[in-house]
Amino acid sequence: MNVRMEEIRAWLSQARYFAEEAYSVRYRGAIARARRDEDDLFMLLVFSEMMGVPNPAAYYTLELQPLMLERFHEWHLRMGMERSPLDHFGCC
Amino acid sequence: MNAIVVMLLGLAGLALGYLFYSKFIAEKIFRLDPEFRTPAHEFEDGTDFVPTNRYVLWGHHFTSVAGAAPIVGPAIAVIWGWLPAFLWVILGTVFFAGIHDAGAIWASVRNRARSVGSLTGDVVGKRARSIFMIVIFLLLLMVNAVFAVVIAGLMMDFPSSVVPVWGAIAVALVIGQLIYRRKASLMLVSVIGVVALYALIGIGPSIPLQMPDVVMGVPGNALWILILFGYAAAASLLPVWMLLQPRDYINGLQLFIGLIILYAAVLFSNPTILAPMFNTNLPAGTPSMIPLLFVTIACGAISGFHGLVSSGTSSKQLDKETDVRFVGYFGAVGEGMLALAAILTATAGFASFGDWQAMYSAFGQGGVNAFVEGGAYIISNGIGLPETTAATLLTVMAALFAGTTMDTGLRLQRYIFQEWGEIYHQEWLKKPAIATLLAVGSCLILAFGAGGADGSGGMIIWPLFGTTNQLLAGLTLLVVTVMLVRLGRPMWYTLAPLIFVVVMTLWALLSQLRSFYEQGNYFLLVLDIVVLIASILVALECASALKRLRGEASKPS
Repeated sequence: MNVRMEEIRAWLSQARYFAEEAYSVRYRGAIARARRDEDDLFMLLVFSEMMGVPNPAAYYTLELQPLMLERFHEWHLRMGMERSPLDHFGCC
Repeated sequence: MNAIVVMLLGLAGLALGYLFYSKFIAEKIFRLDPEFRTPAHEFEDGTDFVPTNRYVLWGHHFTSVAGAAPIVGPAIAVIWGWLPAFLWVILGTVFFAGIHDAGAIWASVRNRARSVGSLTGDVVGKRARSIFMIVIFLLLLMVNAVFAVVIAGLMMDFPSSVVPVWGAIAVALVIGQLIYRRKASLMLVSVIGVVALYALIGIGPSIPLQMPDVVMGVPGNALWILILFGYAAAASLLPVWMLLQPRDYINGLQLFIGLIILYAAVLFSNPTILAPMFNTNLPAGTPSMIPLLFVTIACGAISGFHGLVSSGTSSKQLDKETDVRFVGYFGAVGEGMLALAAILTATAGFASFGDWQAMYSAFGQGGVNAFVEGGAYIISNGIGLPETTAATLLTVMAALFAGTTMDTGLRLQRYIFQEWGEIYHQEWLKKPAIATLLAVGSCLILAFGAGGADGSGGMIIWPLFGTTNQLLAGLTLLVVTVMLVRLGRPMWYTLAPLIFVVVMTLWALLSQLRSFYEQGNYFLLVLDIVVLIASILVALECASALKRLRGEASKPS
């Protein structure tokens, strides 16, 4: 009985894998790009104050900066800036 | 003739093609190498380039290429009798479509997963790339116009399908939200989606919604066309996860279920093919079978549209190069099976020969209606489903396929307009809403321009759509042939199909040119001339590429 249950579970997880892959295979790229666009906008909001754009929520976004730093370098490259746009913060 | 015998012969032909011919192509012509590092591994980024299980990729490839076109084309072409359509579908799939689809993936995989369009520029020449873009635009234009006419016709003729077709869109919207907002389990959502769709199909016949013949001075058919374009424009502007992704998924499931039901119904009901083997008593005005058969059935025998899918997403996600055979060739075989099912339903699903003849009273008649009515007759005899429910099921299947192609087509057309805006520095043209409006406008001109105010004559452009599709296939085959020659491999396996489709396309265009002129249909005459010029350019491009290759080959290396 135990073996049976395990077999069914394995089969189900296999089916789940195929269903999920089949769902995402066609649009993986498109969705990742759309998501990145939103992330880029968010990045701009978080770092806007540092670039001289007033942001009423700066007090809160400041807290997020350390979390976003990892992706900062990639972001400014994508935005067409070869070097970090922040004078006091050089990532490259 | 017994339909089961024809079905088994067809399936056996496809199976032999896959087992032997595709093996030969994979090993001797493309020389697929299991050790080759595919772009999915080389540029793996978790988004576009992801090594994907070959069965999943096959499912993607098959469901992307199989739509309403392999149903409509064969169901129109059986007017010349069942044998020509049958032979062209089976031989076309085995010797043309399989190598075309697999070749497009192979060419793309060997060139950093670039699209066939951009490969044409590199492999053949810049001029060929421009022709490629024009042909794609014409193809999208025609496919959108034709499919709008097809769905509108279905909605008028089968009012029981109106609720399930639009209900399916609501189901897809809910699924999209469940998955992305609620992170619902996909297995559960699939079951709910399919059950909801079939429940809608079940209740459809009890609440038929018939569009009046004329609404505020607009014919009902035309109103449906306008509504469909309104919907497709909105759908093509929505984020993909909201509607397109869940709907494609449901459609994919529906495709498999539909195919199983159709084949099982033929097996259980054991119908007889009533249509003649060769129709000697053709209705007046039916064009000559050669060359028109080869452009009437494009998808289902060979279709250039597949090359776009092959080199768009499939090639970026191919795990091993040897998977080209399964994904590309077997993907084409899947579509051949759908086309075969369409032939069987449109020739065997009638109570008497008179009924069949009445359905095929003129060229362009029959088509998807023959598929729905014939299929419903076979399903009700074979599985015992009430005929109206079966007809609703098949209508929903065809309408959903055509609808998906429409909004994907509009999205692609919008990209082309936006790209033109980019190239010619027109800021306004880059705006999605304006580009979409232009795309819809051009399709509407075609849908109504071809057949008058009610849009009912739009099916006249079906063979023209086929010619454009074949032209695109010709260009893809040219890219593959040039690559093969440069590698010193045999070229006839791709060159022979290439010559065949280009010759048939030119011939079909010339013969249609005459009939459009005689009918005084100057709108289509102009369109025909545009496609004709494109095909002459393609033919010249082929000739010059081959000449250049011969020059290269004769020079000592």
